[in-house]
Amino acid sequence: MFKKIVLTLAVAVCFGSVSAGSEESAAVERGLEIAIEADRRDTGFEDFQADLIMLLRNRHGQESTRDISNRTLEVADDGDKSLIIFNKPRDVKGTAFLSYSHKTGADDQWLYLPALKRVKRIASNNRSGPFMGSEFAYEDISSQEVEKYTYKYLRDEVYEGMDCHVVERYPVDKKSGYTRQVVWFDQAEYRPQKLDFYDRKNDLLKTLTYHSYKPYLEKYWRADEMLMINHLTGKSTKLIWSNYKFGNDFKERDFDRNSLKRAR
Amino acid sequence: MQHRGWLWCTILLSLFFAVAALPQTAELSGYVAIEARAFPQAPLLPEQFSGGNLAFSLQPEFYYESGNGSDRILFVPFMRADQHDGNRTHFDIRELYWQHVADWWELSLGMRKIFWGVAESQHLVDIINQTDQLENLDTEDKLGQPMAHLSIARNWGILDLFILPYFRERSFLAHDARLRLPVPIARNRTRYESDDEEWHLDWAARWFHSISIFDVGLSHFSGTSREAVVEVGAGAGGELFLAPFYPIIGQTGLDMQATTGAWLLKLEAIRRTGQGDAFFASTTGFEYTFNNIKNTGADIGVLLEYHYDERGKDASSPFDDDIFVGSRLALNDVQSTDLLAGFIVDRDNGATFLNLEASRRIRDRYRMEVEFRSFLNAEETDLFFGLRKDHYFQVEFSRFF
Repeated sequence: MFKKIVLTLAVAVCFGSVSAGSEESAAVERGLEIAIEADRRDTGFEDFQADLIMLLRNRHGQESTRDISNRTLEVADDGDKSLIIFNKPRDVKGTAFLSYSHKTGADDQWLYLPALKRVKRIASNNRSGPFMGSEFAYEDISSQEVEKYTYKYLRDEVYEGMDCHVVERYPVDKKSGYTRQVVWFDQAEYRPQKLDFYDRKNDLLKTLTYHSYKPYLEKYWRADEMLMINHLTGKSTKLIWSNYKFGNDFKERDFDRNSLKRAR
Repeated sequence: MQHRGWLWCTILLSLFFAVAALPQTAELSGYVAIEARAFPQAPLLPEQFSGGNLAFSLQPEFYYESGNGSDRILFVPFMRADQHDGNRTHFDIRELYWQHVADWWELSLGMRKIFWGVAESQHLVDIINQTDQLENLDTEDKLGQPMAHLSIARNWGILDLFILPYFRERSFLAHDARLRLPVPIARNRTRYESDDEEWHLDWAARWFHSISIFDVGLSHFSGTSREAVVEVGAGAGGELFLAPFYPIIGQTGLDMQATTGAWLLKLEAIRRTGQGDAFFASTTGFEYTFNNIKNTGADIGVLLEYHYDERGKDASSPFDDDIFVGSRLALNDVQSTDLLAGFIVDRDNGATFLNLEASRRIRDRYRMEVEFRSFLNAEETDLFFGLRKDHYFQVEFSRFF
């Protein structure tokens, strides 16, 4: 896929003989460069685990909590493998979700239902639907691979006191719920600081902001809090991360069907 | 053969104490539930209760682990108290086992519940556990099965090997219950093909692998049939009864699912020997899901499954040439509201089983489930004939802890 992007770029460059076209292709190239640099800086972490609390809030301020733990294994030359285990709400305790994401093509996903002891392979084409009733869509929580978007650099600007590159990206997957996303990467560490999501009608649908970044293994930055606000419905979801642990020496075996069944 | 039971108990108990002596983390969870059923029609038989029924159930789950999860014990007892049915008021151990997890294998000793299969409206391939018919008609409740289970995970897939030293008889509803066969089951007349009776040593093996869009399971079971063959007998006073007979069977099973786009294509097939003539049965079907309808987040799934049984009307299953049509609605909201509605119709005589299930979380700890079942056009030869007055509506309210 990476080759394909380069090829697309080359084609864009070849045909961009008029000046407006070459300006455009320069922005495309710059956007991709920034995405690749951000990805490069987060490559090599190998694995991590963390606990997650999701705070779902509706427009009347009523809150609902999900208590989840998450394990991720970095896979060289492909998307990450991840295991998500639900602890709360209590009626779904023990339910676990295993995902093999791929740089191109559909992800492989399995769901474990503890009451029936049943593992179900599930369709992964539901990109735009909500994850656990939250404001995060499946595509928002899945592994963010460079190849899943095309890019355009917009501008540099200061956001919350940080010098940022502002890049627009366009989902490759036709099933995505978005026409485009605008990402603010800080120039110091290339961490996403803010993301605007535009729906299929190209209206601003949601904004995601990242808070309290901390470095792990000295260079892998993870935010302690992420806040997603839905501008259309007034609902919001806050993710509160804790107990980040890197260097767990996870193996492929920790992400197979047996691990899914005994996950807790 | 009783001494074998004592041997297994001794092995298990020593393991539990050995693990309990290690540093560990412990966890308690589970649920309590109250279930109300209403039967709008008068019963078929005078001894069956009429109107409504209340039941209470409790299923705690005790979990211990030591060595960072490499050794674990799970204990899940279940108990139910039922207003009318003495048989349904019962206690069972759903799970009680010790498990050791190593790099590429895991070993479990004790009582477990194992599920095999992919289909929704019937579970043909699934055979390890005895079905608990007391809780629900859907055959999804199971009695804990004593076993030694070794699971090996390698690059070529997962191989599960089972030794099943003890057989658990199928449970049957009491004579005053609804949703039972019209002729009473005489459990004291139970017969086995094996001289070892319930102590016959059964075994099973299953290979499972995911290859691109395919999930494939190939299994074999050899031992006491989980399904009872019922034989009609007459008592001294001429009253009829059904006596359960458990033959020794061999069952080879294949379950397969292809997952592509919004499609799940499913196949379950078995060949069983030892229960009358060898026969073949299958379930084939699909599930197609329309996702995030009009950006509401809701999904609507369409399900279709076809059941075939070579034995035709002599089949011990009511689904010999039947079609299941169903629809699943998941709102994907904060309360995880979902609904499954469908019917299974016999292509030959039009006998129809209607089913509706819906559930919704309330606050963070409660769940409300609603169920409606109905049996239409059942002919005298049909297994559902005895249930033709037993349409029911059920509400279950559970609190999780």
